[in-house]
Amino acid sequence: MQTAKSKQVCLGIETTADDFGVGILDFEGNVLSNVSNAFIPDRGGIHPREAARHHAVVAGDVISLAIQKANIWTEDIAVVAFSQGPGLGPCLRTGATAARALAAYCEVPLVGVNHCIAHIEIGKLTTEAQDPVTLYVSGGNTMVSAFDAGRYRVFGETLDIAVGNCLDVFAREVGLRSDGVPLGAVVEQLSRRGKEFLDLPYSVKGMDLSFSGLLTAAISLYRKGTVDLENLCYSLQETVFSMLAEVTERALAHVEKREVLLTGGVAANKRLQEMLKAVADEHDSLFCGVPKEYALDNGAMIAWTGILKFKEGLTTPLAESFVRLKWRLDDEDARWAARNVG
Amino acid sequence: MKMHGGLQEMLVRKGAEASLFLEEWQGNQVILKHRIPKKYRHPQIDGRIRSYRTLHESQLLHEAKVAGVPTPVIFSVDLHESKILMEFIEGPRVKELLITLSLEARTLLCRQIGRMIGCLHKNHIIHGDLTTSNMILTGDGRVVFLDFGLGEKTAALESRGVDLHLMKRAFQSTHFRIAETCFAAILEGYVDVLGKILANRVVKKIREIELRGRYISGRSEHEH
Repeated sequence: MQTAKSKQVCLGIETTADDFGVGILDFEGNVLSNVSNAFIPDRGGIHPREAARHHAVVAGDVISLAIQKANIWTEDIAVVAFSQGPGLGPCLRTGATAARALAAYCEVPLVGVNHCIAHIEIGKLTTEAQDPVTLYVSGGNTMVSAFDAGRYRVFGETLDIAVGNCLDVFAREVGLRSDGVPLGAVVEQLSRRGKEFLDLPYSVKGMDLSFSGLLTAAISLYRKGTVDLENLCYSLQETVFSMLAEVTERALAHVEKREVLLTGGVAANKRLQEMLKAVADEHDSLFCGVPKEYALDNGAMIAWTGILKFKEGLTTPLAESFVRLKWRLDDEDARWAARNVG
Repeated sequence: MKMHGGLQEMLVRKGAEASLFLEEWQGNQVILKHRIPKKYRHPQIDGRIRSYRTLHESQLLHEAKVAGVPTPVIFSVDLHESKILMEFIEGPRVKELLITLSLEARTLLCRQIGRMIGCLHKNHIIHGDLTTSNMILTGDGRVVFLDFGLGEKTAALESRGVDLHLMKRAFQSTHFRIAETCFAAILEGYVDVLGKILANRVVKKIREIELRGRYISGRSEHEH
């Protein structure tokens, strides 16, 4: 039998794309559990409806497992957080539905969280970063942001596709198979054996980036059949990451902060880490790479941001808990972050 | 401030793209803009970018001047070392200046900037990095444009649109409180030079570029 509430925890649900993630944190920021179940398509990319179907099937089990692993009672849940956007509509809706149901069952408030902000917040929790310039790179997002005057602001972003998308599509078009490893990791492995650098379009516009022309050029170069795939992977990575490093450096010089935070799925790439570290060193800044578990989409980041918002009294009434497919991170005042920055 | 390579040179600004040194040359104060090699990127990419941008920047600085847009005078260009020796422009950057101005003065300044951008575009010059840190207001009231390293020569509507879109973005990230009025004034000046018909096509293009971006409301906001 349970007596008075032993802990106060937040359960966070992340479903912006292919992952159904559930994380549980206490209010001090200790991660009690962080469980994820990814939708893996037989072939091709993520079909939003199929991913959502997957999420609906596994939702119950993943939530139960997270609660079990965290060793808590449902009574300990003081707040339920969910990724409200941006992301794939059907996937977001599935997560939001689960979150609403759970919050209603536990009779606790609901907090809608911006997925991109959550990536930054968990990065700040799990690294030394306190007020960083963040490069967030994944299959769906590519942006450089930093906190300024009450909000996270976007200083640079992709003008077309995300960098992870660029690498994935390239990998699929040249016939690489994933076999359980992310396609980006396959490209990374091949690139290590590349020796010769091939010229590819380099497209930086101010602090913004464009990858689509580069992707087309890389694919057509491959189709000509005269280049070595290892060299092509190597050149593609070098070009794409140089572009990312350049815009990060521009943002860093512009906002004059002292930390560089690297997060998102593509952050797992060693070469990108190396480049960003060099950028940080050059500007006497600290490089902070978010650990893989928290750099990939995960429930813990949603739970933690949920706690930060909840502590500020920012909850999401049911009527406003609709999903926001195109919710920009600079659309929201980040009161909680203003406190830390001072 | 750090000293660099002797007493004559003083590092005045270390940007992402290049370091600026204040030097004495032929009895004048001049700026040496040096695109320093970046160790983090492949030497081939690095070399290509640095020499290309150095060449390009010096050409565009000149062409902008011909188009009637104030830019620093170039004294010498070293492509091998990626160095440009140019006139030292004294005055505050528009970035720091804007917030100190009254609404009226701000609007006038922005309109002037808009006219200058119009002059560039009319002459098929794309700046490529329009931010308020790349503009200096001199004592005689001219706005001097700097940093053409990302520029290009083209009359393409797309490039003009991206150029102005970047200007708008710079306002939104750095001067968010006054972004809207400033950018509106810039467009007014822009229309003055480019004419309504062409300017409107560029403005339409800006909107199209915005919508192409990620998570912009206006297409299918707040789906349930």
